[in-house]
Amino acid sequence: MAGLPILSIMTFLPLIGVLIILMIRGEEEAVARNSRYAALYTSLFTFAFAVYMFLNFDGSTADFQFVEKAEWLRPLGIGYHMGVDGISMFFVLLSAFLTPVCIISAWDSIEKRVREYMVAFLVLECFMIGTFCALNSILFYVFFEGVLIPMFIIIGVWGGPRRVYASYKFFLYTLLGSVLMLIALLVLMAKTGTTDIPTLMANPVAPSLQIWLWLAFFASFAVKLPMWPVHTWLPDAHVEAPTAGSVILAGVLLKMGGYGFLRFSLPIMPDASAFFGPYMLWLGVIAIIYTSLVALVQEDMKKLVAYSSVAHMGYVTIGVFTGTVQGIEGGIFQMISHALISGALFLCVGVVYDRLHTREISRYGGIVGNMPLYAFIMMVFMLGSVGLPGTSGFVGELLTLMGAFQINTLATLFASTGLVLGAAYMLLMYRRVVLGPPVNQDAIEMPDMNKREIGLLFPIAAMVLWLGIFPNTVMDRIGPSVDKLVADYQKHVKIELEMTVDVEGKKEEGAE
Amino acid sequence: MIGFDLVPLFPELFLAVTAMAHLIIGVSRGNHSTNFVFWASAVTYVVAALILVGVSWGDAIVLNGMFKFDNFAGFMKLIILLGLLVSSALSVKYLDDEGISRFEYPVLMTCAGIGMMLMVSANNLLALYMALELQSLSLYVLAAFRRGSLQSAEAGVKYFSLGALSSGMILFGISLIYGYTGTLDYGTLSATLLPMQSIPVGITFGLVFLLAGLAFKISAVPFHMWTPDVYQGAPTSVTAFFAIVPKVAAMGLIMRLLFEPFASVSGQWDQIIWFLSASSMVVGAFAAIVQENIKRLLAYSSIGNMGYALVGIAAVSSAGAGAVVLYLIIYLIMTSGVFAVVLSMRRNGKAVENISDLAGLSQTQPMLAYAMAILMFSMSGIPPMAGFFGKLMIFQAAVEAQMYVLAVLGVVTSVVAAYYYLRIIKVMFFDTPAPAFDGALPFARRAVLALSVIFVLGFVFKPSLAIIIAKNAAGALFPG
Repeated sequence: MAGLPILSIMTFLPLIGVLIILMIRGEEEAVARNSRYAALYTSLFTFAFAVYMFLNFDGSTADFQFVEKAEWLRPLGIGYHMGVDGISMFFVLLSAFLTPVCIISAWDSIEKRVREYMVAFLVLECFMIGTFCALNSILFYVFFEGVLIPMFIIIGVWGGPRRVYASYKFFLYTLLGSVLMLIALLVLMAKTGTTDIPTLMANPVAPSLQIWLWLAFFASFAVKLPMWPVHTWLPDAHVEAPTAGSVILAGVLLKMGGYGFLRFSLPIMPDASAFFGPYMLWLGVIAIIYTSLVALVQEDMKKLVAYSSVAHMGYVTIGVFTGTVQGIEGGIFQMISHALISGALFLCVGVVYDRLHTREISRYGGIVGNMPLYAFIMMVFMLGSVGLPGTSGFVGELLTLMGAFQINTLATLFASTGLVLGAAYMLLMYRRVVLGPPVNQDAIEMPDMNKREIGLLFPIAAMVLWLGIFPNTVMDRIGPSVDKLVADYQKHVKIELEMTVDVEGKKEEGAE
Repeated sequence: MIGFDLVPLFPELFLAVTAMAHLIIGVSRGNHSTNFVFWASAVTYVVAALILVGVSWGDAIVLNGMFKFDNFAGFMKLIILLGLLVSSALSVKYLDDEGISRFEYPVLMTCAGIGMMLMVSANNLLALYMALELQSLSLYVLAAFRRGSLQSAEAGVKYFSLGALSSGMILFGISLIYGYTGTLDYGTLSATLLPMQSIPVGITFGLVFLLAGLAFKISAVPFHMWTPDVYQGAPTSVTAFFAIVPKVAAMGLIMRLLFEPFASVSGQWDQIIWFLSASSMVVGAFAAIVQENIKRLLAYSSIGNMGYALVGIAAVSSAGAGAVVLYLIIYLIMTSGVFAVVLSMRRNGKAVENISDLAGLSQTQPMLAYAMAILMFSMSGIPPMAGFFGKLMIFQAAVEAQMYVLAVLGVVTSVVAAYYYLRIIKVMFFDTPAPAFDGALPFARRAVLALSVIFVLGFVFKPSLAIIIAKNAAGALFPG
């Protein structure tokens, strides 16, 4: 199996599933059932390939692996180039893992237009995996942007009451950011003559050009991540999206922003990244404190988790733009951990939503009595989100803050308050929903989780704990890639520093 | 170079002869021959295309320098013939349903087609004018084809009066250019302009008038006022024809005019094109938002699309010209598909035209809704649809020419445009269903729609071929 184009298989296998689903004929109910199974098997196959990739991944090198090259847009010199390194590999794995999770989670809760729903998720999986595998900037853009189509449909068709508004906001917000990135990609192409990401990473462009390019990329990734103050689409999208849509949104789509910073901004525009780095730290700090405070007063469970996502992404911003090994490793780890925890929290919200059809915190209370399993599993994820040692949330936040401490102690101090605030809003919600006095009769009559829900949530909980106890599963594999990234980055930053020192030195000489 | 070799003009001659034959058949056999004439002209287009492919595409100048036949002309003619074929396939059933099936329709279409094919190979300002008028006069009649309807008549009159005005402007411009250079021939014009240190103001004026008249033909802002009214008033099949083919021909004509005789004075016209392009993109995007009628919406969409195509011309480069040609192919194919859907919007035997009539189409006619959604995403330039690659090439050329303002304006207006394309998708997928449309699509329309969707979806897998062809075609305008 060595010569197998495994990344292309993972990317395009879901599309074959789509074709199969589109060919299903028969009664509506049979179509729905067969679509579910076809989608599940396709995504499981894809996941199997992803596991194979994970097992065969060589964690000792920073090079791109499983590389594939083919001709594509030849007249423009744009080739089809796929490959993964330590940074992207886990996101591919994550995408392949969360898609079957989403399909299973929607097994019973989606009743209308099941075929379309499954098609949308498989198309989404194709674009997600493609985004993380693409090693050509235009190819990356095609996948990155293509994600909008299925997500727009998912929010708009199966979403809540304000779904139209939310889907529009999601689509147009992200599109506006991305098209500016497209121009930046074209400028890069015109200036360097290549769209190959590894080539671009090896030869960063001139510092004077970097500032503008960096801002254009920032427009795209900041919206996607999302960073304060362009995060406002996220709570709307999360609240209106169906459960599985929220899981994918939190689990994978947000990570595209962080991944973009790591793949484009830092290596290709190191000088500009160093220039804007301090501002990014503070933007991250604002995001953490502001959105945590907003989360404190939310009455809607999904909205609360959505705001907590923005806060957690604030740590990612901080980690990435420290430019230190700990910071970046922490940022990546935080993204992986957040994908699992936040995805699972949305699933938890989905579990009770399916029963009571409301997300209002005050409509619940005291459900620990009738749903003990649910109370337990939710506690695991809640504590993971808070960053309790032993869960994956702790590792990411700790590393991020360690990285940040070397750069800016004051910002780190403020960022740390997010840990306290995070504990406050999460525990508050847990108390009001799960513990507390049983006030609503229908809430305390809800049945506990069924087998499907248990099968869905317990593996994720196990992974959260595993990563909390053995973070090296991830760290060993991302290490070399991050080391190389940081080494290249620091080289540039040092040159810049020396230059400024030189200039200042000369000024002083002149003054004497 | 002056010869009397008619071989390169065989496709046009063939079309002209058959058009007259079809007219005679129509006159002698009356209106029940319409369907026959339709299919006969469809076959004629195919045969003409085959003749065209058979003719050598070397640089040939025929009829005393009136027409030039090169790669660019050959390829644009092929696109025009494709457009004619598609338009006639879309028209047949619609005219029957509307009860305006008359044999003049296909004949007029063929005449317009001949005019368009001559437009893209015009090598003389007089030939340009004659070809343009042959095309325009046929189109005026087509716009007013539904004689009994006030709206259609209004569309015809509006189109005619404004079109005549623009023709006058073109003629005036030509006369100024002739007055200052003493020639109408592209080759001589180019040779006269090349050594000029400063351009006489008369030539600049002439060029401005010429471009203003031509901007009317491609409905670039601020010469676009007629477009929404004519699109709305004309029978929908005619609207489809207007949207698909004449734009392509007029763009071809503008490209040859600007890149051949006036290439050396690009400093005189690039700002004009820049402005036409920027304003078309902005107006096309913002004005479409408030439209309720889908034909009016598509009118503004075509205005915006012409704005994008003009970006490629404003880049004044071979890459830009290639991008324009590619953009036009993709635009033509997408628009055909969209109109195949619009033509099928009939309820209780009557055509409906409001966007709200599409409500819930995904539940009543899912295949139609999917096709339309794919085309709409493509129109808004979202990858991986074909429309994205058209825009990619255009913006790449613009960035290469360092026209960052135009490029950024282009992508930002494309986001605004995405809003109204999304609205159609929203109506089809998110809203509660309106009553279903009548019956299944006729075969020809379904074929057009299917091919268009397959092209739009499949383009991403094999984009090189179309791009290479487009680049080769445009390369003919940039010798050396």
